[in-house]
Order: sequence, then C-alpha cells, then structure tokens
Amino acid sequence: MNISLCINGQSRAFDAEPRTLLVHLLRDEAGLTGTHIACETSVCGACTVLLDGKAVKSCTVLAVQAEGSEITTIEGLAPGGKLHPLQEQFWEKHGLQCGYCTPGMILAAWQLLERRPDPSEEEIRHGIEGNLCRCTGYQHIVDAIQAAAAQMGGKR
Amino acid sequence: MASIPEAPKFIGVPIKRRDDPRLIQGRARYVDDFQLPGTLHMAFARSPYGHAAIRGVDLSKARAAPGVVAAYAGADLAGKIGPVPVAGLVPDARVPVQPVLAGGRALFAGEPVAAVVARTRYQARDAADLVEVDYQALDAVVDLEKALAPAAPRVHAQFEDNVAFRWAIAGGDIEAGLRAADVVIKQKIANPRVVPLALEPRGVLAHYLPGEDKMTIWSSTQVPHKLRTLLAQQIGMAENRIRVIAPEVGGGFGSKLNVYREEALAAYVTRELGRPVKWIESRGENFLATIHGRGQLGEAEMGLRRDGTITALRYNVLADCGAYYQLLTVAIFTLTGLMLPGPYKIPHIEMKVTGVFTHKMATDAYRGAGRPEATYILERMLDLAALELGMDPAEIRRKNFPAKAEFPYATSAGLTYDSGDYHAALDKALQKAGYPEMRRQQAEARRQGRCLGVGLSTYVEICGMGPSAALGGQGWESARVRVEPTGKVTVFSGASPHGQGQETSFAQIAADAFGIAVEDVEVIHGDTDVVPYGVGTFGSRGTVVGGSAVVFARDKVRDKMARFAAMRFEADAADIAFAGGKVFVRSAPEKSAPFARIAQMAYDAIQLPPGTEPGLEETHFFEPPNFTFPFGTHVVLVEVDPQTGEVKILRYVAVDDVGNMINPLLVRGQIHGGIAQGAGQALEEEVIYGGGGQPLNATLMHYALPKAHQLPRFELDHTTTPTSVNPLGAKGVGEAGTIGSTPAVVNAVLDALAPFGVHHLDMPLRPEKIWRAVSRARKGGPA
Ligand code: FES
Ligand code: FES
Repeated sequence: MNISLCINGQSRAFDAEPRTLLVHLLRDEAGLTGTHIACETSVCGACTVLLDGKAVKSCTVLAVQAEGSEITTIEGLAPGGKLHPLQEQFWEKHGLQCGYCTPGMILAAWQLLERRPDPSEEEIRHGIEGNLCRCTGYQHIVDAIQAAAAQMGGKR
Repeated sequence: MASIPEAPKFIGVPIKRRDDPRLIQGRARYVDDFQLPGTLHMAFARSPYGHAAIRGVDLSKARAAPGVVAAYAGADLAGKIGPVPVAGLVPDARVPVQPVLAGGRALFAGEPVAAVVARTRYQARDAADLVEVDYQALDAVVDLEKALAPAAPRVHAQFEDNVAFRWAIAGGDIEAGLRAADVVIKQKIANPRVVPLALEPRGVLAHYLPGEDKMTIWSSTQVPHKLRTLLAQQIGMAENRIRVIAPEVGGGFGSKLNVYREEALAAYVTRELGRPVKWIESRGENFLATIHGRGQLGEAEMGLRRDGTITALRYNVLADCGAYYQLLTVAIFTLTGLMLPGPYKIPHIEMKVTGVFTHKMATDAYRGAGRPEATYILERMLDLAALELGMDPAEIRRKNFPAKAEFPYATSAGLTYDSGDYHAALDKALQKAGYPEMRRQQAEARRQGRCLGVGLSTYVEICGMGPSAALGGQGWESARVRVEPTGKVTVFSGASPHGQGQETSFAQIAADAFGIAVEDVEVIHGDTDVVPYGVGTFGSRGTVVGGSAVVFARDKVRDKMARFAAMRFEADAADIAFAGGKVFVRSAPEKSAPFARIAQMAYDAIQLPPGTEPGLEETHFFEPPNFTFPFGTHVVLVEVDPQTGEVKILRYVAVDDVGNMINPLLVRGQIHGGIAQGAGQALEEEVIYGGGGQPLNATLMHYALPKAHQLPRFELDHTTTPTSVNPLGAKGVGEAGTIGSTPAVVNAVLDALAPFGVHHLDMPLRPEKIWRAVSRARKGGPA
C-alpha cells in the first residue's frame, strides 16, 4: 500500500506491505540506516526516532501508522551537516563506544530535554531507562546529556 | 638560530574520538547497513527443544512460499560444509563434530535445523515458519551435577558419558598446604551462565562473484582474518579469494570472537546462488545461538592461618560447555586455573576442571573470559575467611599481597607477574572511598535498622593476550605504517577494534613519533584485503599488542625517513628529530624541512642515491614476551532493603592500574562499561533454563540488562605501574572493570546481610533471592 510521510523535512512516498515496521521502511526503503535495531520488541530503544516531535520506538510502529506524519531520524537531527548540541556533547564527553545505541539514545535524550530542559542526574538516568547501552555504563551518556542541557541554556 | 620545535605529545592525552562524528550522525555502517542490489535474505528454522530427535524435515511448503529462492536441511548439506571450527583444546578433550544444520538430533534450543533464502527479510522469516520438522522431544541435560549421574541422558551418543574434558593445574602441595592451615573454609560457589549481549546482534553479508571467483564477507566479527582462514577451510575455498570486512561492529565482548554456523552457511549459499546473501540475527536468536559466558559450578576450599595468611586454595569445578564447543570453549576454563592465585601469595593451589556437555548453547569468551571466575572465587572465599577469623576484609587482603619489591613475582600457577604494587591500589581505593567512614556509616545504619554493606575486591588479571606459546601460536599482532608522499600517515592494523577507540589511540601513537598532528594520521582496520594478517581484538590485547605493533612499524618507517633526512641535511641519522610538523637536525635546528617534504622525497627516487629502496612503508608483527597483569581495588557501598530484597548501589569506587594510558578518556569509558557489566552479573543477569533445556528468559524483557538508573556514578582513580613487556608500558583495560566489579558488588550485598547470618548466596542477587534468604533467617531457619 502507499504510504506518504515526511522524513527529515522531505516528503517521501513508498509502496510497502501493510505489516512493514516503520524501522524497516526507514532503513530498507528510505536508506536511512542510522536508526538501528537491537531487539524488535520495544525494549532497547536503539530504533528511537521522532514521530511528530515525540520519541517513539520505530520497531513497534507500523509504517502505515506514520502515514502523513513527520519523522526525524538521527540523520535529520541537525540540518546542514552541523551537529546538534546533544551530538556535540556525546562526542565531547565520550558518550559512546560501539555507537550502536547512540542514535536512539540521542533522540531519547532530545525528548527528555524537550520535557525537562534542565534535568537532574537522577531525572536523566530515569529519562533514558528505555534505552539500553551495553558499552558505556551510562555515566558518560549522562554527562553528555547534562552538558547538552547546559549548552542549550534550558531551551531546546 | 632556529628554535627546536616543541615536542608534540598525544600519548597520554584524553583527546576525543575520531570515529565519533560518523557514529553520532547515523552515518556509520554496520553489517545490516550494507544494501547490495539483489540481496537475498536468510532465515532459520531452529529447534524449540533442548533435546529432540529429528525424524523428518519437510521443506516443501517453505520452498513454495512467496519469494523463496532456496531452502536447505541438514541432509542437503552433508559433506558440503565442514564442521564449525574449534581451537584451544586440552589433551584428551572429546570433540563432537558441530554441523552447520542439525542432522538426526537437535542438541540445544535454538540450534538451526533448516535455512531458507528469500527475496525479502519478511519472506524469509515467513518461509522459515513454514518449515515442518517432525521432532520427538527427548530428556535434556540441563543441570551440571545431574549431567554426570550414570543414568543421565547422553548429549553425544558416541561418548560414554557427558564428560567433555578433564583438566587440572596444581602448584606446591595442596594437601600439605591444607594441613598447615588453622582453619579451612569450604564453600560451593556457582558462576551462572550469562549472555554477552552486544547491542548489535551478529550479522553476515556474503557476496560471491562467479566471474572473478571471489567472495566478500561483511561480518560483525572481532577476528576478520581468523574468520577468513577458518571459513575458507569450512567451505573449501582458497583463503586468498575471500575478503572479510568487519565494518562498524556494535560491540562484541567476546561473543564475536568466533566462527558460527550462520557465517559458513551464508558463504556457502552465495556461492551456490551467485547473489549476495544476508543474515541478521534477531535478539531472540542472539539469546539462543550466540555463545554464553561463565557457566561454572564449583567447590572451593581455602586454608588459612589464624593471622589470615592463606596457605592453600583448592577449586574443583564443573564447567558447562554446552552441547558443542565453539572456538575457545575449553580454553576459557583453563584461564580460570592460571589466575587462581590472583593477587595473593598462595603457595599451594589446585584446580580440577570437569567439562560437562549439556543441552545448551556453547559457552565461550565473555568479557573477562575465565578470569572473572577466578577472581570471584578468591574474593568470596577471602570474605568468608575474614568473617571466620574476625578480620577486616581489607586487612586480610593486604596481608596476602606480594610486596612491590617481590616483583617480578612467580605464582604457584606458573605465571610470572612482571610488575605490580597491590598495596598502593588498595590504599588509594580505601582512601578515596573513606573506608573507615563507610564502616562507621554502616554501623550507624545498622543501629537504625537499615542494611548497608561494604564490599571489596582486589584483583589482578591476565591481559595483553599474549605470548604465542600460550595462545596456540597466535599471540602476536600486526601493523603496517605508511607515510604517504603528501606527508599524511596511514596506519593499518591487524587488530580489529569494535568500539574501543583505536582509530584514535593508534593515531596518537603514530603522531607522536612523527611529530605531526593526530588529524594527519588515518587508522585502517577490519579488512583482510587491506591490512596485514591480524589476530584480532579480544583479551584486552588491542592496544597492548596491536598498539605495540604500531610502535615498531612506525619506528622502522621513522628510521628510514631519518636516513633520507640525514642525507639531505648532510647530518647523522641519529641526529634527526621529528617535531611540530618538521624534520630537523637536533644539533643544528636551522637545518629543517617540512615533514611532507621529506615524505615526498622518499617517493621521488631521483632524489635518492642509487641502490636505495624508495618508499616509506613498514610492517611489524609484534610478539609479546609475556602477558600483562593489570590490577586494582574496587570498593562498593550498597543498601539492601530487607523488606523487598532490593539492592541499591550507593557508591562505587574503583582504583585500577592499567599501566601507561594512551588515552585516559577511553580508559575511563572501558572501566565504566566493564563495571556495569560485572554489576549486571552480580545483581540481575543469568540465563534460566527449564527442565527441557529451553531458556526461559531469552528476551530483553525477561533478561535484565543494567539500566542507567540502576547504576551509580562511578568514582575512578588509578595508580600507574607500567609493564616492561611492551614498548608502550600499557597493560590493557578492556576487562578490568568486569573482573573487579562482580565480586565487589556481591561482597557488599553479603556484608549487608551478615547480621541475618546470611554469608553466601549465588549470583545473581535478585530481590527475590535476597528476600527469601532474609525471611528464612528471620524465621530462624538455615540461611
Ligand atoms: S529495536 Fe526497537 S526497541 Fe529495540
Ligand atoms: S555504545 Fe555500544 S551499546 Fe551503547
């Protein structure tokens, strides 16, 4: 069936099976492989994207459910090849190792800062509990989110 | 007179990683991100039983399903693909042949029974569901002790029991050591199976080009060259016609240090069909059919004098091999024996291992690989001993350390620790933790009815794997360094990092010697057509062995460059120096040229005297003369809620000594991640099997990986005792955190439970287990 949606500011149309998961549409059809899959069961958060400005786990969204909506993936977080403060701070604070969880983690953090522009460490740790990282022990991720919040001055 | 350019210094500086920009922007490419036109997707029908007879496999429905191009059962492949390779065996090990698809019997839940290949992922999975297998479920061997009972079902009919191998190590005279003891502590201790759980599952994309008779394999592997060699043998293809690329790899922790069935199948099928074939593991498959870690059940006996001096340690252990060996299944258990004395002077040791076949996936290397098990035994036993002798856990440890002056220290297990200062790390950790204050806090909390516990672990690990004599001949690592005509430097490494950051640290190593900027160095790895034959990244060896290879290759190139520069400046080569992007004469710094100018000269043979070999490219294979032995002390403060059994880690202090650090930022990251994994095992992680051999918690919903809010802020510090076994003085850091943290956390929880008379519980210390133990104790029952 036909699915039209706007990905990272571009209108796109696809012909996909009704059961196609949003994450597969993004990766396999739209070629945006920055969104990762690590569980397909809505637990790990590696597939997190923004759907109409809200973080969703795209392995648990059917592509058809996203019909007509605006999707932001990691590739579209900062326009024009610039880095979003979250990306900058993940780099600065060594918030990633293998990088597999990173795109989802950054977008989950984006959502967190949208809701709470100046979160405490405790709030950050709870805010990202839907995203798993096996490499970092989370501390540098927490530091990166805190630094990004400061850099953004409480504004997203 | 010109001033001498400032010496650059990148080694030891916490510079941020150069691989991050592509990773944080979603531009990095992992195996599944490679999308070749015409790619076929492979999916598997896997045994739902731990043990079953396969009476028939009917592929007709699967073959008729939409998009299906081919389907295979075990019988279709007989004689066409060799068995899964194993190495690191001990003498007289029984070696079962592991086929790529199960034949007459399925021996573990998740074992692949049939493979289907279809045009899309969805079609492949649909068709795999249509494979009809006539199974007859059989009794499964799950429990290690029951596996050895005479009446136990046999995992392999050709062997007369479920013993896989026996191996022992001894030093001194164990009986005499135990006789000399005033007290002997005995404890049965389990180290349950856990899942490595790299966040990126395994994956392979194989593409055979019939016209050229060449195959490219993209694999999420830690060991691309090893994979190429072994796969070539398995599918009967010349090794030099296969190119293995380990692109971005999303974590390994040992689980990708292996050659698996799916890789061989993908390679076979692409050659059959002449089209690219891709298989990406699902998380469910990852739980079932990627190696597990640990899996030991043992009895330890420690003898001590009243003053806390250890006289002997004996460990008899059953080792859970699973149904088949993977690459290093057997070897991992022997590492436990080598490290049994740990950081203590134990004159008499003995370890006897009985490898046991079970109806489960193989165990193999998981972060720490055999050493965490040794450390766990020691650290638990020492806490039990301290309790018995009424000593402070810190004191009993201190009492048994070799003094700094005793290094190099030869252990009763036959290793020689080249350097160490265990007292210094312990003292620093206790000071950083405010140990006496922690104890006061604990006593105060107890008065208020709260359960605080302080846990310690002091460890030494065996890293920088390692001398080849101990590693089946392959303990070395390779590097090639090329100075390009424009003065850029390319480092080709045989190690295959996958998240550790060597693209940055190796650039630091090269940049320093050439006096150029880190940005001018490019590090290439993970492509067998491009880099020299390499061993790979595991056993905390990437920087220690791989980085040392870079040092030697780099120095060879620099020496050649110095000769060319000396010619040009009419100076002595020994007087040539590299700094600030310039090559100059140390005693006459006005004689200088840009680094790129000398580089260019090396490729312009007209500028070189006749008979000179042009070019600036050198390779080195570094063979380490010994392992390295990082050590440290971890101190943990926990609170246990006796009403619910919940554990909260309040503080985590770690002082590690990893020798010289190339990039302290990366070192911190490694230790953080290691601590999290070790704490995960202590508190939450365990593969739980039902009686039929099915894992009951093989999903991320049921297998609890540590989350951000369950972990504290780690307080790190270090001491620095360099090693002399490599030119960097680095000892390796990949596994330190995991090794130190598991016992420290468990000891802390049991310290908290001491007032209830609960002195030992097996991991993982989940709330229910703690709650039950406390409840029993309160009712006056046995702890
Ligand atoms: S892949 Fe979607 S939450 Fe794990
Ligand atoms: S960086 Fe590897 S999983 Fe988070």
